[in-house]
This record gives sequence, C-alpha cells and structure tokens, in this order.
Amino acid sequence: MTQLTLALSKGRILEATLPRLAEAGITPAIDPDQSRELLINTSRDDLRLLILRATDVPTFVAYGAADMGVAGKDVLLEHGGRDLYEPLDLGIAGCRLVVAGLPGALAAAERRPLRVATKFVGIARDYYARQGRQIEIIKLYGSMELAPIVGLADVIVDLVDTGNTLKANGLEAFETIQWISARLVVNKAAQKLENERVRELINAFEPDANG
Amino acid sequence: MQTLDSDCVSYDRLLLPEGVQEVLPPKSWQLECARRALLDLYWRWGFDLIRPPLIEYLDSLLTGAGADLNVQTFKLTDQVNGRTLGVRSDMTTQAARIDAQRLTTDAPARYCYIGSVLHTRTEEPGGSRAPLQIGAEKFGDSSLTSDMEIVSLMLESLRLLEIEGVGLDLGHVQVYRRLVERAKLDATVDARLFDIVQRKSRPDLDSLAADGLLDERNHERFASLIDLNGGVNTLARARSDIGGIDAEIDHAIDELASMVDAIQSRYADHEIFIDFAELRGYRYKTGLLFAAFAPGHGRELARGGRYDNVGRVFGKGRPATGFSADLNVLIERGVDTIQSDHSSIFAPADDDAALAAEIARLRDMGRRVIVASPGALEDNAAANNCDYRLIRDYYQWHVVPVNKHVE
Repeated sequence: MTQLTLALSKGRILEATLPRLAEAGITPAIDPDQSRELLINTSRDDLRLLILRATDVPTFVAYGAADMGVAGKDVLLEHGGRDLYEPLDLGIAGCRLVVAGLPGALAAAERRPLRVATKFVGIARDYYARQGRQIEIIKLYGSMELAPIVGLADVIVDLVDTGNTLKANGLEAFETIQWISARLVVNKAAQKLENERVRELINAFEPDANG
Repeated sequence: MQTLDSDCVSYDRLLLPEGVQEVLPPKSWQLECARRALLDLYWRWGFDLIRPPLIEYLDSLLTGAGADLNVQTFKLTDQVNGRTLGVRSDMTTQAARIDAQRLTTDAPARYCYIGSVLHTRTEEPGGSRAPLQIGAEKFGDSSLTSDMEIVSLMLESLRLLEIEGVGLDLGHVQVYRRLVERAKLDATVDARLFDIVQRKSRPDLDSLAADGLLDERNHERFASLIDLNGGVNTLARARSDIGGIDAEIDHAIDELASMVDAIQSRYADHEIFIDFAELRGYRYKTGLLFAAFAPGHGRELARGGRYDNVGRVFGKGRPATGFSADLNVLIERGVDTIQSDHSSIFAPADDDAALAAEIARLRDMGRRVIVASPGALEDNAAANNCDYRLIRDYYQWHVVPVNKHVE
C-alpha cells in the first residue's frame, strides 16, 4: 500500500492539528517542533507528514506532491484553490482578514485610487474589483501596520487575530473581508484513487467524530 | 548594468516559452511509434482520421462547445481580410463542425485525430500549454453502447501504451444541472455554487446557506452531492440521498449503473470511482463523464464524455461522445515500447560499390545504417549510438558487433 502524505505548516496549524491527529491514533515519530526534519513518519505506516511553509501547502497538494494538507483559508484564497478539494473547515487557527488604516483614511482617498499595502495581493485585488474600486497595490512581506503610519499606503489588507497590533499602532479595522480558519485540502486524484483512506482521514479530522 | 541586461536578453532568446516543450530522441521516436500504434488501433476500431486545420476563424472555433475555450485560445488577425483567427485549443469542436458539415446520412460517424493544440494558460499547475491532443469522437448515436465504445477505446489506448493501474472515474453532469434548475438560483449564487461544488467545499456551501442564499432543502441536496464520491457503492448512496427528486437524475444514476456493469464485465481489472460532483467541461457536456487516472499522477490521463447537439450551430445537431488525451503526457507514463537506437549499424566512409549495395540492402530490410562523414572528428560508432558496424572481410562486407575486433 502506498503512503499517504499530509502537508502541515509549523506554528498555529501544527499546534492545533496534532491533537486532532492524536485523537485519531496518529502521532508523529518525532516531535516536529523539536526537529529540523521536514519529512516525518507517523505511528501509522501508511501516513507521513510534510512540514512546509504555510503558503506552500496548496502548491504541494495541487501538484500531488502531498495527498492532503492543512492550510489557512487566506492562503487558499490567495492561491486560487480551484484545483483542490476543500472538504472540511477545521475551525482552528481562526482570525479575520480585514481592511485597516489610520482613522479617516478611506475618506481621504475617496477621489483617487486607494493605495493598498498587503501580502494578499490576489485577495485585495479581487475584493476591490468586486466593488469596482480602482486600487494601487503595494506588495509587502511583513510589518504591514507601518505602511499607513509612514504614508506608504492608505490602508492595509491583513490578518487580525486579537487586534492588539493594530491598536498599538493606532490603526483601526474598517471592514472584514472574510473570517479565516484552517481548511483540510485534498488532491483531486488522491480523492479518487485513495478514496477510502482519504475519507477515513477526513472523518478523523471532523470535530464531531472526535467528540 | 547595460552589459548585464543585454546578456540576459541573449540568454532569454534561447529559452522556450513557459509550458512549451520540445521532444528529442529517443523520446521523439517513442512518441512517433505511439502515435502510429494508436492511430492503427483507431483504424481497426473503424474510426476515420481527420486532420482539422491549426487555425480557424475564431467564430467557428468558439461556436457551441467552444464558448468555454475563449480565454484559452490564442488569437491573431487574418492579414487577408482583417477577421480574427484562433489557434485551436481543443480539437473536439473541430470534429463536431466537420461532422455537421460533411453529414450526408444519419448513420453514426467515427472520427479520430491527433494534433497540437495551444492553451493561453496551463490547465493544471506545472502543465503544458502545447498539448499533443489525441482522441476519438463518435457522432450520431445517443445510446450507452456508444459511450461504452469510447470508454473501451480510451482504456485500450492506455493499455497499448502499457500504462499500469489505470482507474476509471465516472460522473454525470445532468445530476448537478437538474439540481440547479430545480433550485432556481439567481446568476451570482449560481456561479458561486458552481465554484463550491467543483472544490467539494462543504464549509463554503454551509456559509452560502448561512448567508440565506440557499434554502435548507437545497443545502442538504448539494451537501449530499459533494459527498457522493467513492467506489461503486456510491451509486446506492446516490439512490437514497438524491433519488426520487427528479426523473432525469434517476435516469442519470441508472445510466451510471449500466456503465459500471458494462465496464466491470469487460474490464474487470480497472478500479472504478464514481463522483457525482465532477463537472469537467460542464458548459457543453450533456451526460456521462469519464476520465482515466493512474497512481502517481495528480491529474487525469485521458478524459471525455457525452456532448450531444454541439454541431447544431453548424447545421445539424447530433448525439456525440468522445475522449481525448495529451500524448506527450501519456508517453511520460508509458513504458519504452519501441526498439532502441542501439541496433543501428555504423558504416565507414568508403567508395566501394559493394559497400553501397550492402548498405542499401540493410536499409531495405529495415535496419538503420549511419555512414561516417570522412572529414568529421570523432564520428564513430559510439558517438552515433551504434551497436554494430560494417567491416570488410576480403571482398565481402559484414555486420559485426562494435566491440568485436577483426584483423
């Protein structure tokens, strides 16, 4: 029997996923947090884990390099996600994707294209396109909150968990684009060729199944 | 900086565009052998070869089945009359046009084809924009017998290329279509639902319902639909989950069941999967869908289905079913079935008439003979991948293995 491969990312997703796997009787052979190994066997001979960067999970699964994966809805929206199955909301690693800025920023930019700083270029473009709003995108990789403060952008599109970082930098959230949580994604061919084992794993992840 | 830039340009010039590949020996010979073998197979099955043009007027390419293909089609302007031409991105529409135009009787027609098609974007991550499409289409019969004929030919094609462990995925577009028609959704919800069902996203379906865009009954129906995938027992689940709602849906389930029986009786060693939420080519497909999968390949190897009445816009609509595949992909999966280059014979550069006669005789027999170029350095048997060479033994020329030394 071939091994199934589950792609996970370190941090919140791994923390929240491992207990679910443990309840289904699946434990990693070594603790991913204590190890630099990226390919980890589990207590089940037919399942191994890949430890990836969160943004790479959809790519690995879409190419079939991993059969299944856990990825934030933000990452899936940015990736496009058309070539994956997305059967389950794991309800973990929850946060909000918001538009935020200094108070009054939206009114100030009413008569010109809105300058949006974000790492979610696709989501931001799509969100404003639906509103028919012309925008200028500034791609950043971190410290988004700085952009409005130093005048680089009018607003940012970013993930917000508690909202403390926004508050600490004097920003407010104007709109919520979407609630975000981690989703289980499945490669299309794996869903067909390995249907039973894939279903079994989906069920193992289902919150109800684990009580 | 200037120098660096121009260096980059000259490097760039040598690269192929993204998603475009060339095939070199020995793969190119394997490809050619596979092409011949497959066309011979289709000939034996009574399919006629058609060679549609690479470019056509866009209107004609995109009519009917083609509307989906608009963004996938490269366009150019005809310098003769200013009309827009399209480079074909799928040969199925061309086959439908040919069938409608050359139709003189109502008798079923069978066509096969092979040719390059171009896509503006790859259909899957890492995929090709220049597939070598090979396929077969049957027009004029709406019975399952024809679908079975096409599925059989698809499986025979993969078997001919010795692709192992092929599984068959079956679906039926009428199930989703009837559920949507019954739900009477408005266009924006329709588009969202279509996207959700293709991703089998239960969470997104739930939030569509939570937003009040899908009532409870339809929420339940579409939730069943996206869960209806798996082995043959999926049919029984379908009957209990979505049976009795609509006569056409029941009919679709019956058709799938008949196909499963037919396939199992003739191709027992192929595993069968059923997926009621599979919507490949939904806009123009009208019935059964099928695709072939193989382990270790994240995408279908070949696919097809029923698309009745596509030819209507060309004059006559007829029932139609067919399949196609990218031969470049199949070749990567198949085993090397052809004779390797190494049976070639290397001949010295020599004016001897007896040598010329012997070379001609060997070539007539079907052997590959490469003659040395007298001025070229290192032009020897090894450089030409030859396992044999021609040597003179008194007045006679003989073929001997390369490593054999003759005094």
